This record gives sequence, C-alpha cells and structure tokens, in this order.
Amino acid sequence: MSGVLVILEHKGGSYNRMSWEALAAGQQIAVASGQPLSAAVLVSNEGGSDLESFTGEFANKKLDKGYRVEHALLKDYTADGYISALEQFIKKIDPSFIVFPHTYQVRDFAPRLAARFGQVLLADLVGLRKEGDSFVFVRQLFQGKLNADYRHTGSGPCFVSVQAGAFRAESLEAGSASVEAFAPELDATAIRSKPEAPFREAAQTVDLSSAPIIVSVGRGIKEQDNLPMVEELAAALGGELAASRPICDNGWLPMERQVGSSGQTVSPKLYLAVGISGAIQHLVGMKGSKTVVAINKDENAPIFEVADYGIVGDLFEVVPALTEAVKKAKGA
Amino acid sequence: MKIIVAIKQVPVRDSTLRIDSSGKWIDEDDLSYEINEPDAYALEEALQLKEKHDGEVIAVLAGPERGSQTIREALAKGADRAIHIECDDLASLDTLGVASRLAAAIKDEKADLILTGLQSDDLGLGQTGVVLAELLGIPHATIIMQVEAGDGSIKVKRELEDGWFQHVQMPLPALLTIQSGISKLRYATLMGIKKAKTKEVRRIAAGDLPQAATPTVTLARIYLPEKKKETQMIEGSPNEAAAKLVEKLKFEVRVI
Repeated sequence: MSGVLVILEHKGGSYNRMSWEALAAGQQIAVASGQPLSAAVLVSNEGGSDLESFTGEFANKKLDKGYRVEHALLKDYTADGYISALEQFIKKIDPSFIVFPHTYQVRDFAPRLAARFGQVLLADLVGLRKEGDSFVFVRQLFQGKLNADYRHTGSGPCFVSVQAGAFRAESLEAGSASVEAFAPELDATAIRSKPEAPFREAAQTVDLSSAPIIVSVGRGIKEQDNLPMVEELAAALGGELAASRPICDNGWLPMERQVGSSGQTVSPKLYLAVGISGAIQHLVGMKGSKTVVAINKDENAPIFEVADYGIVGDLFEVVPALTEAVKKAKGA
Repeated sequence: MKIIVAIKQVPVRDSTLRIDSSGKWIDEDDLSYEINEPDAYALEEALQLKEKHDGEVIAVLAGPERGSQTIREALAKGADRAIHIECDDLASLDTLGVASRLAAAIKDEKADLILTGLQSDDLGLGQTGVVLAELLGIPHATIIMQVEAGDGSIKVKRELEDGWFQHVQMPLPALLTIQSGISKLRYATLMGIKKAKTKEVRRIAAGDLPQAATPTVTLARIYLPEKKKETQMIEGSPNEAAAKLVEKLKFEVRVI
C-alpha cells in the first residue's frame, strides 16, 4: 500500500474545477508523505480517439502517473458502476490515500466505496497537515461553528474528500505524466439504478452572477412578512435581492434568487448578508465576493469568518437604520 | 409499503456550544435537543408516501435516553412504531459503527424503503445513509427532492449542483437520503400526541447488537475555527453602526 491517488470528476468531458483543488490536496499529501502521486478519471471508452485529448489536460500536471478507468458502462454516472470500477482499480494500484473533490456525485458514492474497504470517508476536509508519522485531517462540525481534527486509524487505505475552495488549484505544479488505461469488469445487470438525463427547471431570469451589489437574506428574518424590510435596503443600495436556501425552500423568494451550492455562485463588489448564519452550502456560493458585510445576532456565526465588516445585532433594528443611512448618504 | 426512517437527535439550531473538558466533544449538560432537520423532512416524506400507498412507517433512532423525546415526536406526527437503539457511546463510533448498529436493528424488518436526511446538523458527514445501504446490500440515491413509488421500483429526483436535477429509477428495496425543504413539515396534532403514547417503541440495548468494529477514523480534538479574514466589527447602537457602515461602504468599498 503506497501512493496518493486523486479521483478527478468531469461532466461530459469538461472537468469540475474542484477536481484540481482535490489534486492540489493530493499533491500536499504526496509531498508531505514522500509518496508518488497519481490521478484517475472514469470515462466511457465508446468515444474512441477523443479520450486522448480528454486525458491530456491532466497529463500536463505534475503527476507520477495518470489513469483512465474506462468502460462503456461508465458513460453515465451510477453509484453501482463507479463503485465497482473504482473498487477494482484501487485494489490493483493499492494506494495509501484516495482523494476526492467533495462534490454531490462524490457524496453519492465515495462513502459506500470506502465502506467496501472497511474504511470511513473523511468527508469535506478544510485542511490537513502532517504531525509525526501521520496526518491530521481538519473538518467542520455544527455547520462550521466548530472545527475538528481527525486521524485515520484504520489499517486500510485512507479515503478523504476536500471542500470546495479549501485547497488552491492555482498552486498546482505543471509537469507531464503518462496516462495508462485500466479496464474494469462491469456487468450491466449489477447496475441497479437507471439515470435519466440531467435537466434544469424553468429558465433562470435573474442572473445574480452579474449583479455588483447583492443583499442576501437568511433564516434570521423569521417571517415572510419581514422581507420588505430587506427589499427596501436592497433598493436603497441599488442591489439585487438574494437569499439562502431555507428562504427559497419556504417559497418566500423564488429558487432563482438562491445563492449557494444548490443555487447561484456570485462574486459581487458588495455582498451584504442579513440574518445568514453562513453554513458552508451558502458560503461556497458567495466566498468570491469582493467585500462581504454580515449582520447577525450571533457573534459566533460562521458568516463572520468570511466577512470584511460585521455588525453583531438585531437585524430588525439594524436593517431599517442602515436603509435610512444609505438613503441619506445618497441624498435621496 | 413498509418504510423505515432513520432519525438523529441533535442540539437545537442556534445552541451556544461549549467545548467540554476532554476537548473532544461539546458540553452536553445545558443543551436542548431536537430532530436533525433533514431527518424531519425524511420523516415527512415517509408519512406522505404512506398516505398515498398505505403501509407502515417505522422510525429508528440510535442514541441515549433523551432520544425518546424525539421518538415520541415522530410517533405523534404519524409514525406507526419506533425502534430505539439505546447507547451512550455514539461519539466514540465512526460512521461504520453507527451504520452497523442501524443495519443490525432493522434488517429483519425487510422494509421496502429506508429514508434518512442527507446529513446531520452536528457531524455533517452525510454518509450514514449511504453506508447503511452498503451494509444492507440495497441500492441508494442521495440528495433526493421527490419520490414516486411504483410497483417494486421507485423514481426519484436527485439534486445535482448549480440548479441541475436528474431523475433516477431503481428497484426496491432501496435507501434514499432526503434533502431539506422538499415539502412542508406537518405539526403533530393533539390526537397524534395522544395516540403516540400507545404506540410501540422497541428498545434495543446496543450491547445486544453485534459488536461494532474498531473505528477507522477518530476525532482527536474540537476547537473554534481560526479566523482567516480580518473582520472589522462595527460597534454602537443600530443608528451609530449603520452610519459607520455607510461611511465604510462609501469610502472603502466605494459602492455608494
């Protein structure tokens, strides 16, 4: 058992950017442990020659080895197909660490794959470091309110997945790697789920990604009837109104105004978060904002982790005061 | 249709969390507990499926005595009976340990469908359901928004990232992890609360279940996250804070 293996994710041939962040985490483990680094991608081999150019993109990263796990039954993602293919592949190359990006797809199959090796996936890591002979893996608890250091104490391979944005893809070193194909044996009858083509619901008419100012509201607003107060602030600032998931789940605002992993990803000049605690699912959608302002009654709310300016207070008092102050400053 | 819902009890949202003297977990003494929110949606989905297709809903919970309150609430909302795996050592187990107990406690029920929330609000690992499916040898799907039950199979709507969805069909029995917010949660009625008192709760001592394997991952320490960003906290009364913030927005952020 030796080496670090990173499993890259792609959709129809284009890589998920989190794949490169996972590779950066893999590089960090490889360097710290002095073990070789390899990466693999699961593909359908029905495409023929396209495969070469497709794997080219990771062959120019600094890797000791690249692998294409290929089979016609890997064309569409299924948990059964991916788990069976990766189980065979991992048994063959016998790595000590297997690193995934913590995507929705990985959440679907990686825990089950790890269980097949008698292991538990260390999911959604925000950091890692070597201490003595082993690694400490850092993940968040209680929706980001606390951090926890974990250690892998099992005797089998160590499975980890890394949180979006926790490792920097820019730090990846370039290089060249040879890419080898691996053909798992898959049986169509053992793939129990039948996936249909992915789809989007109604076309989005609100494009939050281009808005320079966003005022976003969360659970702290308590009732739908309180929303106009935040709308007024957004209007005074000339910004778009957005929300965290619970607000859209309740139907208080349309889904297309949702920011976060299941909604839109935004990077405005100003992101003003009102009554949003800052669960990671929300943070991944707005971390790229140039300036973040947070108004929240809980001084330990994780939203303050990413805020440039913070006001700890009752939003029902602060927001109307802020709206007035903005109007005054604008001379309206 | 026989449906099992695996529920977890977690500290109420917005609890003030204090790290205990071991440094490995939170001080549980003054906390109040409630059903893990995604599990509440899993229970709701189970109750709605039962209303459509008849059958039985069984809630299963692993945890200490205080868990019986959460079980009673599930029964009051309409679950037909419950299984309580009584244990005080959850924090020392890893996902495989917890999932093995759940699997051992429910495998003889031969349920058609097992539902649970997509993740817990405390540990947030999001994998107990998936690992449980592996231990039971049944297919699974995660982050489910909708369930249509057919004859011996189900069709589910999976949430993907960035506003994408996908329909997936699979044979029963199967396990699904349910996304929060997929429907409106019901309240327990007075009649429901009354009836809950007469419903069966099977208590299983963890010691009577097969011994859990040695954990493969262990929690070494918990702590407050270090701040990565310098946050300027703006103090004062609401009016003062608002005025100061507007100054910042005007001269530093330059958006006014």
